[in-house]
Amino acid sequence: MELIFEISEHGRRGFIPPKLDVESYDLPDEFKRAEPPRLPEATEGDVVRHYTNLSRLNYAVDVGFYPLGSCTMKYNPKLNEYASSLDGFSKIHPYQDVSTVQGALELMFNLQEDLKSISGMDAMTLQPAAGAHGEYTGVAVIRAYHEYKKDFEKDEMIIPDSAHGTNPATASMNGYKAVEIKSDKNGMVDIEELKKIVGPHTAGIMLTNPNTLGIFDENILKIAEIIHGVGGLLYYDGANFNAIMGKVRPGDMGFDVVHFNLHKTFSTPHGMGGPGAGPIGVKKFLEPFLPVPTIGKKNEKYFFDYSHKHTIGRVRSFYGNFSVLVKAYAYILTMGGDGLKRASEMAVLNANYLKAKISETLEVPYNTRPCMHEFVATTEPLLEHGVKALDFVKRMLDYGVHPPTVYFPLIVHEDIMIEPTETESKETLDKFVEIVEKIAKEAKENPKLLQEAPHITPVRRLDDVRAAKQLILRWK
Amino acid sequence: MEPYIPHTDQDLKEMLDVIGVQNVESLFSTIPSEKRINSIDLPDGIDEFGVLSKLRKMALTNASADRYAFFMGAGVYNHVIPSAVNQIASRGDFYTAYTPYQAEVSQGTLQSLFEFQTMICEITGMGIANASMYDGASSLAEAVLMASRYTQKYKALVADTIHPEYLETVKTYVAGPKIEIEKISHDSDGKVSLNDLKSKIDDKTSCVVVQYPNFYGIIENLKAIKEISKDIIFIVVANPISLGVLEAPGKFGADIVVGDGQTLGIQMNFGGPSFGFFAIREDPKFVRAMPGRIIGETVDVDGKRGFVMTLQAREQHIRREKATSNICSNHALGTLYASIYLSLVGPKGLKEIGELNISKSHYLLKRLEETGHFVRTFSAEFFNEFVVKTDLNVSKMNKALFKNGIIGPLDLSKIEEQMKDQLLFCATESNTAEEIEKLISVLEAI
Repeated sequence: MELIFEISEHGRRGFIPPKLDVESYDLPDEFKRAEPPRLPEATEGDVVRHYTNLSRLNYAVDVGFYPLGSCTMKYNPKLNEYASSLDGFSKIHPYQDVSTVQGALELMFNLQEDLKSISGMDAMTLQPAAGAHGEYTGVAVIRAYHEYKKDFEKDEMIIPDSAHGTNPATASMNGYKAVEIKSDKNGMVDIEELKKIVGPHTAGIMLTNPNTLGIFDENILKIAEIIHGVGGLLYYDGANFNAIMGKVRPGDMGFDVVHFNLHKTFSTPHGMGGPGAGPIGVKKFLEPFLPVPTIGKKNEKYFFDYSHKHTIGRVRSFYGNFSVLVKAYAYILTMGGDGLKRASEMAVLNANYLKAKISETLEVPYNTRPCMHEFVATTEPLLEHGVKALDFVKRMLDYGVHPPTVYFPLIVHEDIMIEPTETESKETLDKFVEIVEKIAKEAKENPKLLQEAPHITPVRRLDDVRAAKQLILRWK
Repeated sequence: MEPYIPHTDQDLKEMLDVIGVQNVESLFSTIPSEKRINSIDLPDGIDEFGVLSKLRKMALTNASADRYAFFMGAGVYNHVIPSAVNQIASRGDFYTAYTPYQAEVSQGTLQSLFEFQTMICEITGMGIANASMYDGASSLAEAVLMASRYTQKYKALVADTIHPEYLETVKTYVAGPKIEIEKISHDSDGKVSLNDLKSKIDDKTSCVVVQYPNFYGIIENLKAIKEISKDIIFIVVANPISLGVLEAPGKFGADIVVGDGQTLGIQMNFGGPSFGFFAIREDPKFVRAMPGRIIGETVDVDGKRGFVMTLQAREQHIRREKATSNICSNHALGTLYASIYLSLVGPKGLKEIGELNISKSHYLLKRLEETGHFVRTFSAEFFNEFVVKTDLNVSKMNKALFKNGIIGPLDLSKIEEQMKDQLLFCATESNTAEEIEKLISVLEAI
């Protein structure tokens, strides 16, 4: 498709600003821009067509099945979109007097309370703008706590080898050394190994439970005991929260800090990569370290609470991604406690159903017990036909489904990580299984079909090496 | 049955059969039984109409810009947004897609981000832009980290005229890598003190940070600052909507330009989400120290032009603890709003909008001065905001304004105690002459 700059014609306009209705003021020339930016010049119709046509090149949850492991690509309810666009939510300013935005604060307060109930934590902040931002905030809270206790020896954060890349990156950003802990043969944290590496340097552990293999770490209470035993804290990466709502709470398992991904578990759209929201919850003893402000309530009035004594400060401007919070809150109201529990149950059911069906075609490592909301399969045996996991999933594009996550977690070779979510029907899952079976057959009979896939997408396989070498990062 | 969950009783039965278990409960057997719960302490779900009624009621208690005139800025602004922006950005093919991991079916996302990167480069005068960060404040924090990472120096000089919440965010982020923050003071005209800047630069200095226009609306003298800071990394926090009229920071030798994109077609949203932008000078070495996703042009196997995420070896999913940042999700949807907005307004529109902001705010200042109750605090040129000191009782004044359908200026004493009776007023192209006259008449009646 042409770039918007390539359809630009000098002199065309897509929007006429309001007329000047006061006297004009002319800035001295020294401040003025010498050359105008080369922005597109196009009519409104040109712009609408351009972006509409671009949108049609995208695959999305609104288009079809999107089993991207660890991303929880569940359906994004339209009610939530509509609610967040109400003037009373979208056209308000963060600094207007608190008495004029009581409804907004009430919503945020209620959401804090709801997330506390769901996670078993004692205090929440809604400020972080994404999952990784929540991680950053949570680990900063942990660091501030140790520093407050003058425990300067603690400089290591333990992270399983199955963890998301954001975990070690977060530890580094907070000045911690990321220490990797191996998984045992069941895909869980190796307890004997853990005992060996903990010590006075251990600031904490970052865990995703269920982990990225879709396995619930059964030793979690033991892990908590070991980490707390050396004065470390437990961080819960909430990326996989969709598996456990109404079943178990991180707060009850010994976690001290939790982050949520509202754009995963609570159905807010992923927006091509954001905005999401990454609230964090903490246990009471960590509340003084939370970023400010949080939302408080006194005598039926809501207020911004800046009282946290040892706050880490802010992690962004204002109060968080408010319109994402509105969507998540609308979702919680719609689902209720019973519906959220059912969401987790059906997410886990869907994953186990798919695992049972797909394990007839592909190998599923660590397949000794039920999985949670996702599982990992491997196409490694197809290497002898010259077919890699990437080839396998690229062929899925020809069949009109979005591929699962590939080559992650790093501890399984040629792996594909499948997370169906609860919003997909049995029919959709069955169709997906058929596609997997078909591709597995093609892999043996006609590997070229996979190696050269996809064939019918808007563009075919793209040259990543050339992109990184030539570095064309803008139109000129 | 919930409207978003499709399972019928029959489905459930068939699926459990295939799995080979009796009930759903047994799928959760790996969770330690002593910690299991059976329900969440929340009310049961409610129907769509019920949810909307509840939310509408909450929304209606908020004083919003469809019913009130806003003279408040300070980092979030009430601008005119073309109707087409929201209409197009609300297409599900955009907002329900995720990060473009599968480029072949994500060209809509990737091309729009490539176009966005170009537009940010154009308005800021920079060579390379990434595909967005969370917001202006966290973008600045990441810029300060990048400067230290690149120079291996650990003292950042930050103008005390940047947005106070941006400064607080930077202070949080530098705690890990232990970067020292030193503030540069401002002169009585509201601009960065060049003398103070000069005296504080030393061999440990990693970067100099200024905001343009600054928190008080003042247009900083970027040229003079660059002349003093020379080779030290020069970071400018810019308001993008001002860059149709104001000279691009890149022209003054900025090394990194960051900012918040809310002014480019995004509603105020109570402060979020918008997006942060992050642009640097064209430098193949410097770009490798940059945080966030970057989109590049390439070709497919048939030679057809296409776009991919590139230079991913900087990022957390590849480099893990050695990544340039932990950022994963960014704010791509916000960039789409901005790209559509900038495509609609074009170079001419952006300039006219900038001029409108300047004229309206200067007219507002003039009318305020004529009441005899307001005196300007800083004397330098400004864009669409300015500070005045008043002899009126501030809380009484804002209450009177509110009663008359006006959200008044920001009371700066709420942010900095020593700024008692100082107000930060803002006027944009959305403020009509009628609104300004109404404001004046309410003030005169106090």
